[in-house]
Amino acid sequence: MPDLTDLLFYGFSGLALFFGFLCVANPLSRSPVTSAMFLVLTIVSLAGLFTLLHAFFLAAIQVLVYAGAVMVLFLFVIMLLDLKEEERRRFRRFTVGAGVIAVGVIAGLLLQTVLKAVPYSPNTTVLAVGATRPLGVILFTQYLLPFELLSLLLLVAVVGVILLTKKELK
Amino acid sequence: MHATLNHYLVVSVLLFSLGLFGVLARRNLLVIYMGLELMLNAANLALVAFSRYNANLNGQVMVFFTITVAAAEVSVGLALIVALYRKRQTAHVEDLTSLKL
Repeated sequence: MPDLTDLLFYGFSGLALFFGFLCVANPLSRSPVTSAMFLVLTIVSLAGLFTLLHAFFLAAIQVLVYAGAVMVLFLFVIMLLDLKEEERRRFRRFTVGAGVIAVGVIAGLLLQTVLKAVPYSPNTTVLAVGATRPLGVILFTQYLLPFELLSLLLLVAVVGVILLTKKELK
Repeated sequence: MHATLNHYLVVSVLLFSLGLFGVLARRNLLVIYMGLELMLNAANLALVAFSRYNANLNGQVMVFFTITVAAAEVSVGLALIVALYRKRQTAHVEDLTSLKL
């Protein structure tokens, strides 16, 4: 008899895969806006999976940063570009066939590796709990330098984006 | 069946394959970018699952860094797409065949 966590796992992973499929290969709509909305739903389902893995902080970050900030940026750019033409273009049979073959090979390899791996029986009494406090402690002690470098990276990204989107590049 | 590490890894592999398929089969730059995001998220899921079942928080810190770098990467990539659209009026990979703008 599966308990509630397992039911939630199957529910969230099914939803994530279903929405992910609709994001990349929606049979009804070619529109990038539809893809973006399904990507938001995929990300929210993944946040549910993170919660099941007791990574509460990351689940919150996933919703705030990914589903919030990043996808809003995506939608802004889609609206800015006005991609009417995309909806008229069809999938080309050759590209889809090549894609299916390539993806099938890689997915087969990865799945075989995962399924053949020695069944890992973790010590179920000590599982990691990614609450905010322990994660914050490790982030500000052991990973302090990468954390500070990350702020520099974000600054560089901000400057670069402003430079790239200026009307005339000098 | 109880959800174990392998279950999470299988979900991660399938999600990664979906993202890869999006990158290979779609022709719109923005949708290709979304496929990339899907692949990143699949890798994040694998990292969090490993972190949980090894009782080790380093994996979650790694995911934290990945999400931040991905945010920076998305902003720069979208800025490039906007700049490209200004020059060529298209976001379709088949129309972008020359190196020189």
